[in-house]
Amino acid sequence: MSSTLALQIGTVAQRSVLRTLRQPAMVVPALLFPMLLLAINAGGLDSATGLPGFPTDSYLTFALALTFLQGTMFAAMSAGTNVATDIETGFFNRLSLTPLRRVALLVGQLSGVIVLALIQATTFLVVGLTAGAGLEAGPLGIPVIVAISLLSTLGFGSLGALVALRTGSGETVQGLFPLMFAALFLSSMALPRNLIEIDWFRTVATWNPVSYMLEGIRSVLIDGWNGEALALGFLTSGGLAALALAAASSALRTRMARE
Amino acid sequence: MTARGFRSVVLGVAWRNLHGFFTNPALFLPAMIFPLFFFTAFAGGLSRIESVPGFHFPPGYTAFEYAFVLLQASAFGGVFTGFAVARDFESGFARRMLMAAPRRRALIAGYAVSGLVRALFTISVVTTVAFLAGMKLHGAGIELVGLYTLALLVNFSAVLFGTGVAMRLRTFQAAPAMQVPVFLTLFLAPVYVPLGLLGGWVHTAATVNPITVVLDAERGFIAGDPVKAGLAFALLAGIGALFVFWALRSLRSAERATA
Repeated sequence: MSSTLALQIGTVAQRSVLRTLRQPAMVVPALLFPMLLLAINAGGLDSATGLPGFPTDSYLTFALALTFLQGTMFAAMSAGTNVATDIETGFFNRLSLTPLRRVALLVGQLSGVIVLALIQATTFLVVGLTAGAGLEAGPLGIPVIVAISLLSTLGFGSLGALVALRTGSGETVQGLFPLMFAALFLSSMALPRNLIEIDWFRTVATWNPVSYMLEGIRSVLIDGWNGEALALGFLTSGGLAALALAAASSALRTRMARE
Repeated sequence: MTARGFRSVVLGVAWRNLHGFFTNPALFLPAMIFPLFFFTAFAGGLSRIESVPGFHFPPGYTAFEYAFVLLQASAFGGVFTGFAVARDFESGFARRMLMAAPRRRALIAGYAVSGLVRALFTISVVTTVAFLAGMKLHGAGIELVGLYTLALLVNFSAVLFGTGVAMRLRTFQAAPAMQVPVFLTLFLAPVYVPLGLLGGWVHTAATVNPITVVLDAERGFIAGDPVKAGLAFALLAGIGALFVFWALRSLRSAERATA
């Protein structure tokens, strides 16, 4: 990477990180809501661990994985909203007059949500483990969880940016939230797939990539080192990140040409 | 002002609100989609919970969760009406309505009527989906009247709460102040399992949460075996009276601010 490109990425990234962290309305719900739902679910569904075949005797450990994926949903909204605001306020117009490279703009814009995701992952791990959740893989499992979490954030964040770049509208980005919410709810978020009784729901959860991201993180917490779950976790989160980044990059090319 | 004049303001405000709701997908879709997501995720994804030792609800888990989603749809119908009030203040339309309406209490009544119609519509859709999903109601006649009357009383209280917050803060940024307390009150009740199967601090919170009584009464009506019905109606009457007072005081605050 040339020093010019590194400088460009660094400058846009610094702006993106500061801008994200300076908005408490973005940071606080992204940290509080997942933990709140974790606390409620851990108490409300603890009796589910009595089901034959449930993989752990602690619902807190089972539910902890969900907090990371919920965090990525907030990241997607955050990334999309920031890009849409830049388009709506004319910032993109001004940038298109500079020699800034597309890759610097996209990577830089996503840096804010990646930093937010890192803060989220650290907070959720500290809170979850302090509250008594298990970590069967031991301390080496922590970077694995963080890696899947960051890849998922990059994927969903790029999706948010893609919608913003295609439409240029913050309101349309907000419309993504119910879809993200559906992707999360129609997964194995509350019970393992083999314990989902309703056939169509189990089928949807099996086709839903979010299930594999959850199960990758969950495997580190519950099983230890489960190669298949981890491979699927990395494959789905990495695949989503690659596809969404490519699509966002193409949308950015179109947007910059139009501006 | 005559009763006819009062009624014309109520109907005008209600019609304007309902027209905005039904013709704007950004308002209509979240209000419809969220209860359906919750219903699908809980009744579909968690149906195995009825096999947990100690769980006993003869109509089945779909009906068990229907009671919660009914309350959730009613309460959030009220909160979304509060959002509409906040939007009216932000756009300046509420100020014009305050100047034009000879008896301003009619404005609150108009918002309450629109909240009621929105809740009735959402409840109809959720109920249709629940029956399509195989829900069985063991209650009949007066029990069903009790079931839906309780839901509408929850809606009435939520509208007045949301309207009160919106009239005091007069900005759409007040949305979390309407949403979060309602969300917490609903989810700190026995959402997934009966009170006896809840664990930890959620059990303690649910024991003192008035919504637990309302939810138990709803489930009693569904099972055809009413429990705590009198207490639930008395509690909602008390909460409703409290929020009538709150909304009227907030109207005074808005009148002073816009005078």
